[in-house]
Amino acid sequence: MVEFALPANSKVVEGKTHKAPPGAKNVRVFKVYRYDPDDGGNPRLDSFEVDMDTCGPMVLDALIKIKNEIDTTLTFRRSCREGVCGSCAFNIDGTNTLACIKPLDEIKGDVKIYPLPHMPVIKDLVADLSVPYAQYTSIEPWLKADTPPPTTERLQSQEERAKLDGLWECVLCFCCQTSCPSYWWNGDRYLGPAVLLQAYRWIADTRDEHTGERLDDLEDPFKLYRCHTIMNCTSTCPKGLNPGKAIAEIKISQAQRR
Amino acid sequence: MEMRSDLGRVRGLGSAKEGAAQWWAQRITGVALVPLCLWFVVSAISLVGADLAAFKTWLGAHGNALLMVLFVIALFHHAQLGVHEVIEDYVHGEKAKVASLVAVKFVAALFGASCVLAILRVSFGG
Repeated sequence: MVEFALPANSKVVEGKTHKAPPGAKNVRVFKVYRYDPDDGGNPRLDSFEVDMDTCGPMVLDALIKIKNEIDTTLTFRRSCREGVCGSCAFNIDGTNTLACIKPLDEIKGDVKIYPLPHMPVIKDLVADLSVPYAQYTSIEPWLKADTPPPTTERLQSQEERAKLDGLWECVLCFCCQTSCPSYWWNGDRYLGPAVLLQAYRWIADTRDEHTGERLDDLEDPFKLYRCHTIMNCTSTCPKGLNPGKAIAEIKISQAQRR
Repeated sequence: MEMRSDLGRVRGLGSAKEGAAQWWAQRITGVALVPLCLWFVVSAISLVGADLAAFKTWLGAHGNALLMVLFVIALFHHAQLGVHEVIEDYVHGEKAKVASLVAVKFVAALFGASCVLAILRVSFGG
């Protein structure tokens, strides 16, 4: 059954408070989830008072400032700082998004930062994404064609290429995946919105010749049909994509071929 | 201790290669229930205060009996499909899942067949 109680040692306790430097006039409080698997303790919520006059405009700027200047042990993934690598996905102010493109002035009050929901936590803000990565591998996200490669590119018309718009932009940050209640309850078998959007990216690709096999592999009460159009995926996507629609397109394709 | 790779676990037993039929049946019964529910509610309101004889006359009409049977079949089929989804969502123990799925199918069949039988008996003047 669903586990309503938290597993042992997962209750988040109040953590340390790091005061703002003396003389700071424009102070903002960041409440950041901390968990260290090595110390055997519960996760905690640390408070960092940050001088906003010397901080950049995005949530990631503040996290980097905290790591550089206040607590170097704070652990999180980040790389491109412009929303294309998908590394810095966290639950910020109650919504999964990319820290690097989330402006601080969109958040009222204290800034609360947690790891992506319902995933095992490796340390602090680093969620264990090995299952979603394996799920992504399982949909074989590459072009499969039996027609021998032409001497030039495999051609597409502009209309055919347009079918990939809204799909190729996905950066696999898994904000949508970890916002989906169906994925929370059945993440071991349901492929989840991010992986299904990627699956549809190859179903919609007119250069791919294995569409039927792809649909065969997805037609499953758990892999595909755990989606109940809750649409958290679409409302949380930091890139403004619509995984809910991509999943609906897969369901329509399954019905069309019957 | 499980040492199987993530990919092996995720692939698991592979695709069931079914699910589309159930998804489609859920939508078809849902669409059918929109007019049938409206008809049922309007009919029920129009029969408020009617005595048994009036009700038997109403259900004795061919069209009313037909729509009532269709309503009951669509309703119980749709309901058991919906509860089936809920059980698959939330019941994770394999034994409990199979037992509750079977129970839901049996209960829906029992109530559905019982309703159809009752409609037929009344409409045939039983």
